[in-house]
Amino acid sequence: MNHWIVAPIVLPAILAPIMALAMRHDLVLQRVFSLVGTIATLLIGIGLFLLAGGDDISVYRLGDWPAPFGIVLVLDRLSAMMVMLTSALGLIVSAYAIGSDWDRRGWHFHPLLLFQVMGVNGAFLTGDAFNLFVFFEVLLIASYGLMIHGGGGVRMRAGIQYVAFNLAGSTLFLFALGTLYAVTGTLNMADMAVRMAELDPGKEALAMVGATLLLVVFAIKAALFPVQFWLPGTYANAPAPVAAMFAIMTKVGAYAILRIFTLVFAPALGEVGYFFSDILLPAALVTLIVGTLGTLGGIGIGRIVAFSVVGSMGTLMIAIAPFNEAGAAAAIYYVAHSTFATAALFLAVDLIRHRGEVGEVKPSGLVGAYFFAGAIAMAGMPPLSGFIGKLLILDASADHPLAPWIWGIILATSILTIVGFAREGSRVFWKTAPTPGESLKEPEIEIEEQEAQAASRAVTAPMPAPLSLVAAALPLGMIVLLTIFSGPAFRYAEATAAQLFEREAYISAVLDYEGSAKRPAEIGAAKPYGYGDAHDGGNAHDGPEDEGGEPGLAPTEETETGTDAEPPARPVLQVAPDQGGN
Amino acid sequence: MELLVASAIGVLTSAGLYLILRLRTFPVIIGLSILSYAVNVFLFSTGGLSLNQPPIYGPEVENYADPLPQALVLTAIVISFGMTALAVLIALGGFLETDTDRIDMALDEDDRDVPDPGAQPGVEAKRDRSAQEAGVLQ
Repeated sequence: MNHWIVAPIVLPAILAPIMALAMRHDLVLQRVFSLVGTIATLLIGIGLFLLAGGDDISVYRLGDWPAPFGIVLVLDRLSAMMVMLTSALGLIVSAYAIGSDWDRRGWHFHPLLLFQVMGVNGAFLTGDAFNLFVFFEVLLIASYGLMIHGGGGVRMRAGIQYVAFNLAGSTLFLFALGTLYAVTGTLNMADMAVRMAELDPGKEALAMVGATLLLVVFAIKAALFPVQFWLPGTYANAPAPVAAMFAIMTKVGAYAILRIFTLVFAPALGEVGYFFSDILLPAALVTLIVGTLGTLGGIGIGRIVAFSVVGSMGTLMIAIAPFNEAGAAAAIYYVAHSTFATAALFLAVDLIRHRGEVGEVKPSGLVGAYFFAGAIAMAGMPPLSGFIGKLLILDASADHPLAPWIWGIILATSILTIVGFAREGSRVFWKTAPTPGESLKEPEIEIEEQEAQAASRAVTAPMPAPLSLVAAALPLGMIVLLTIFSGPAFRYAEATAAQLFEREAYISAVLDYEGSAKRPAEIGAAKPYGYGDAHDGGNAHDGPEDEGGEPGLAPTEETETGTDAEPPARPVLQVAPDQGGN
Repeated sequence: MELLVASAIGVLTSAGLYLILRLRTFPVIIGLSILSYAVNVFLFSTGGLSLNQPPIYGPEVENYADPLPQALVLTAIVISFGMTALAVLIALGGFLETDTDRIDMALDEDDRDVPDPGAQPGVEAKRDRSAQEAGVLQ
């Protein structure tokens, strides 16, 4: 086992409490640790990325328990890429927060950031559905803290909405997991995939209910159409560097859909798979339209950028929805692009807010260039990777039955997004001082005004710190790299998509225990603990571990020792109460 | 027993959902707690309902209760407890900062905690906000 696989989770998890407890009053030390921690996580992420490039799937068994019983972390191309993205984004945001003094405006910015990185990395790496829930909670609870960082009435109220909505979402996640466990009797994703394939026809309906609930949960995270409304208010009112970090959180939802619905509810299973494809695609198209209209009509630059994030999630989900290899490859390329484009735009927004409002102090040309480049990338105009990403998505959906709709909507919304950004850009950068009688005041609901005004009052020399300018340029640099090396990047994405649809390789990698003779099919066939018995009232089924070893196809040493842990100790424990009773 | 458990889950869920859809933070937080009770009972039942059966290994035990849902429920309880505490704190912070515990973003200076007698708070707030917006547009 390669212990580095768990490092992107363990390292931030160790650093964050140390920072929160031992260095709570020493911001300088916190900054040093935060930078060192995120750089180390990024290096580990790059190492894992190179490791996963060799096409084999590495499995890390926590506590060395065999797969269907213990929790596993799985490193394949997709999860390695996402971990690297997260770590890179963590470093950028940490550097920007230091440069712009955002971490001074409230407590515990850096520990929360590291917890967030930990939760997101864990969600990408885990191979267990309930563990996915736990990591979702970790990243959410960190995001609650980050969301209200710096305080302020409006931000607090936006935070309450965000928290309440996501708590309801978490409850839904538990309902979904409970249903799926009741149907399949397992929570390990690979094991669940095996069991879904040989499901009783009578249980298919219940499995569909569970899967649909799961899809809704992930759609909430990915801000898909019927449940996208939390995103604009949250992102626009969150501190901008935090919103840049949140760029990866929507991707967690997209990743979970891509992972679970290609692995567990694979289209190969027939109707079940295509059902989800059929509801996901229209939702994605409507998401794109809603996001674009918001970009056109939003009030305030933060809101406009937030709506463009909704639009880009729509584009991403259009690529994912058909659940085929070409679409997934395009989606994987677009995920990387969209993450950095979102981060670049939000950091540019923060630089703009820092410079003061329209008509007072105009943002400098450099900040304007940042916003311009970010907007081009987000809208998908030619020079940058957004264009390549959208082209790949159009290409992938060329032979889809709904292709005219997909093409029409993607192309039309691209134009409208450009118009929206152009309008906002000219308002912020070109508009001269207000003429009498004309009010440029925005409604009070926008927090950025207060911030911008406070900043323009407090800062006499309104040039942003060099570090924040450099940090804000980093995501743009990544976008440029992604454009220049689009060939290798897309080849990696293609190989990732191919690996994603090689379900057998994933399943056997997870369920094989160190070359044990136990094939996944046999484990699946030996599924006696059953959901069948579960509904016979008092006749409860036996423990999974015992029956897992029972069929004796090839019960390995490991399985035996793993399941019957310390049998001699048990009788002693049970005798003791009797003696007490006598 | 199945009917009892199922209807308990149903009643808890519907009560929780109803409270979540209220306008003020207090009922919403209570609703979220009730919803988490509902999901805990639901998770228990996913392993099958059984009476008087131990979930852990013993040499003379013949039938076991499924231990996994019990572990899941423990995890879920811990998480929902922490989350509720956090939600209370944020709601309290929001209330202290803005003097109102409305959960929507229709923030108005007039919408203090003392409602106008006879006026429906929601309608009032909406009217104020649209008036404010109209003022901005002019």
